[in-house]
Amino acid sequence: MLIEYLGLSNINGPLVVLEGVEGAAYNEVVEFTVEGGQKKLGQIVSAYKDKAVIQVFEGTDGLSLSNTRVHLTGRPMKIALSKEMLGRTFNGIGEPLDHLGPIYSDLKRDVNGLPLNPVERVYPRNYIRTGISAIDGLTTLIRGQKLPVFSGNGLPHDRLAAQIVQQASLGDAESDEKFGIVFAAMGVKYDVADFFRRTFQESGASDHVVMFMNLANDPVIERLITPKIALTTAEYLAFDCGMHILVILTDMTSFCEALREVSSSKGEIPSRKGYPGYLYSELATIYERAGIVKDGSGSVTQIPILTMPNDDITHPIPDLTGYITEGQIVLDRDLFGQSVYPPISVLPSLSRLMKDGIGEGYTREDHQDVANQLFSCYARVGEARNLASVIGEDELSTIDKQYLIFGRQFEKQFIGQRPDENRTIEQTLDLGWKLLGLLPKGELDRVNTKILDKYYRPSVYDAKTDTVNEADPV
Amino acid sequence: MSENRTGIIYGIDGPVVSIKGTTPFRMGEMVYVGNERLIGEVISLSSEQTTIQVYEETTGLRPGAVVEGSGDAISVLLGPGIIHNIYDGIQRPLDQIAEQSGHFITRGLRADSLDRSRKWDITITVHPGDLVSGGTVIAETPETKSIMHRSMVPPDVPGAKVTWIAENGPHTVTDPIVKIHRDDGIDQTLTLCQRWPIRIPRPSDSHYPATEPMITGQRILDSLFPLAKGGTAAIPGGFGTGKTMLQHQIAKWSNADIIIYIGCGERGNEMTQVLEEFSELEDPRTGNSLMDRTVLIANTSNMPVAAREASIYTGVTLAEYYRDMGYDVAIMADSTSRWAEALRELSGRLEEMPAEEGYPAYLASRLSSFYERAGAMRNLNGTNGSVSIIGAVSPQGGDFSEPVTMNTKRYVRCFWGLDKSLAYARHFPAIQWMSSYSEYDHELSGWYAEHVNPLFTRRRAELISILHQESSLNEIVKLIGSDVLPDDQKLTLEIARVIRLGFLQQNAFHKDDTSIPLEKQFLMMDTIHYLYKKAKELVVMGHPMSVLKESDIFDRVIAIKYDVPNDKTELFEDYKKAIDGFYDEVIAKNA
Repeated sequence: MLIEYLGLSNINGPLVVLEGVEGAAYNEVVEFTVEGGQKKLGQIVSAYKDKAVIQVFEGTDGLSLSNTRVHLTGRPMKIALSKEMLGRTFNGIGEPLDHLGPIYSDLKRDVNGLPLNPVERVYPRNYIRTGISAIDGLTTLIRGQKLPVFSGNGLPHDRLAAQIVQQASLGDAESDEKFGIVFAAMGVKYDVADFFRRTFQESGASDHVVMFMNLANDPVIERLITPKIALTTAEYLAFDCGMHILVILTDMTSFCEALREVSSSKGEIPSRKGYPGYLYSELATIYERAGIVKDGSGSVTQIPILTMPNDDITHPIPDLTGYITEGQIVLDRDLFGQSVYPPISVLPSLSRLMKDGIGEGYTREDHQDVANQLFSCYARVGEARNLASVIGEDELSTIDKQYLIFGRQFEKQFIGQRPDENRTIEQTLDLGWKLLGLLPKGELDRVNTKILDKYYRPSVYDAKTDTVNEADPV
Repeated sequence: MSENRTGIIYGIDGPVVSIKGTTPFRMGEMVYVGNERLIGEVISLSSEQTTIQVYEETTGLRPGAVVEGSGDAISVLLGPGIIHNIYDGIQRPLDQIAEQSGHFITRGLRADSLDRSRKWDITITVHPGDLVSGGTVIAETPETKSIMHRSMVPPDVPGAKVTWIAENGPHTVTDPIVKIHRDDGIDQTLTLCQRWPIRIPRPSDSHYPATEPMITGQRILDSLFPLAKGGTAAIPGGFGTGKTMLQHQIAKWSNADIIIYIGCGERGNEMTQVLEEFSELEDPRTGNSLMDRTVLIANTSNMPVAAREASIYTGVTLAEYYRDMGYDVAIMADSTSRWAEALRELSGRLEEMPAEEGYPAYLASRLSSFYERAGAMRNLNGTNGSVSIIGAVSPQGGDFSEPVTMNTKRYVRCFWGLDKSLAYARHFPAIQWMSSYSEYDHELSGWYAEHVNPLFTRRRAELISILHQESSLNEIVKLIGSDVLPDDQKLTLEIARVIRLGFLQQNAFHKDDTSIPLEKQFLMMDTIHYLYKKAKELVVMGHPMSVLKESDIFDRVIAIKYDVPNDKTELFEDYKKAIDGFYDEVIAKNA
């Protein structure tokens, strides 16, 4: 039985109001048929006895009050799932863009997802080698983790994400068959989407990629559903098909802005910077959809990318994200200006799951100690630089000068690397020790004495060649 | 209560459901919403409209569906079987939910808070004819290896006389155990379990002053900023500063009898970690599994927001129940900011007038009534017990002047402020010693003098004073560098470094350093004090700091935390000798 309602009572930005409707369910999906037969999808955001407020995913352009027919589908937003989705490209609400026809499957799932029961989770412990020293050594990525990249406009977060995807898939010991990527673009420029598409093709990974594209000129409200569709797909591939899925969500800032737009159209009371009070809960329902479940062989690892408005890490979007995700990788404009790639600002970057996935049996026994020591020494470099900016470099004490040299080499050699350079974990850790060798042994206070004796070798800086070499044994 | 206590849904907006017209419900009553019978609570009543917050996801709910009253306020079921369990925010056991619905939590699930089929081996502690009243222990059963569960007469029962008792031996939580004839003429059958509404504090006889510290094994807490049993503490800090880590450390090593860990709006993986890790770890006091003294309440950030709001009250009610048995209970609430945000979210849905930063105006009063449920108490049955609350606060942007941190600060007496720059330098625990404080230090000084060492408070004061001197010296160093300082100030800086690295910093992953007994904490402070005293004598004699620093004694003292095992405190004598040796050596060299 198909009931259709004719006419709307109000159109306000992305929202429309339908009156005289009975039995509309909260979050139910509705179909609009516009004059001329064009169809649009929407979702009920408030349901009342005789009226419903509906947000229209494809924008309200072209809708008229009198000639729009509305059909309630009686179900929440669902997506058909199948392994055939690998290698395909869809738009922001899951319709194919690649002219290969729709996905047919008996399996349809609610895109809103359900909370994963904490007792059914497995605590993630297997590290993913990305081949990037600043990540592997200092903010290790763990399978099942959600680790966002906090970036700014113009910084190379896309290149970094692409490098992670390429090297993590190739560097894996397990067969490539079980590795997949779900890529969701929300409000990104065409060039960015195209860059990712090309990268996946060039690395030969496109058979293992599902892409959901909501570009900057696509309807804004569609973005609200894109990450949910992507994650529903990822959960299916990981937990039903046993694949290891890396989800890239870019750019989460566009998602939050779309949320703000709907919220203000609804006339809700804003909290910080006009964002709705439920921004935290809304972000959590996205980010928390990562992890590993018991008795399953797959995993969902998330790398959301967000551009911090005005590079401000205390802005509500990065701030709330940081409270939900398990760490963050922060990109820095200063380092970028000094042409250090990847410009990862290591001090505010963090991986919360790192401590349990590294060390003996995982990476190497000295990993945690080296990481702590590098963090601590690099923090000291900052102090020395501040001092140098007041009294001048020449007036610094010898030890402070050594820190300055260490700092420069650390940025150049450890953080910096070529976009196609794939370092092993041993190379990364040995490099860390070589740089720590620039400092006297007594300064290394974060390292266990035994490990210090085993790995510490003094090294010297050669100003002529701008390199660090092992000191001659005396 | 079988009369028609129902209403019809008018509107749905997120977790908030409204009913038009007058309804028979009471404020705070638990209701069942819709065909799936989702659990909800009445949060506002007027003659025109009743508002209900729903503890489950409302997708698919339709206007016109029926809301049915339960007749009871939202409450928890108290009895044996709570410990070792993991609950969601409204006390549904998550492992049973997993049995019913698999990996994901679906809606409208029913699960008994306590296992009704499990038999507990009980010993009845009253006899027919005994006079009992609220709080009197009627039966005992070993709930876990660590905890003896004492079932009590519900606190709202006035005087009563025991008329019948069951036999000792195995009983389920719903079996009749004791029958009483109450003074008000009612006959009542008591079982091992009882209900209590979560928003009402369980009554007790009186407060008594806090005189005993809660020992956590964390040096900066125990020695510098101690928390009393029955006290309240806040741990504010931006993301990545180590709030959760610190809460885990306290939950693992503190000497509370029972730990209630509330994961309120936090990460799912974190709760899994607690569950996995605590099951394997040993309780340092009893040698049993750490889970044998732990209750977990997990309402992760993607679980419904209204249940997040309730989870804090569920936790504190469970804590009060065990306090009534005479236990020292510690609540870890991680994080109270998520709870405050849940309040804000619901308040926004109710279209209430917002106060600061969108938070409702009643934020402060809700916070205070939560923290006031802590305390060291004389219970109704004459035992002493305590509830300590340690709440993490996640200030927006790490800015401590936001409403949740500011209001929390008014009601807690311990403030352990975490600092971003310390965390960036991987100095953990990243507690900023300049801004943190404990109001209990004075009340507890007698305990430390008696149980650890009479000099404890003095050593502590010296330590803090050196750190304060360092802080003001650093202002100068920032401008002109440390080379130009006089030698005595250089020494202060050096000793402060020893304190920061050797004492304040603590490695949670090191088998010895993760938890340090008070005795060793004192000896470490004492050794640093001795080093300072001796080095100062040398400096006064005119030996320059550059000569003093040729020795490795400073670094050896820093390494004490790793080099001296916790059970080998006699090794500290060697360090005193080494310091003496260093003293003689410097004098000999420069004679």
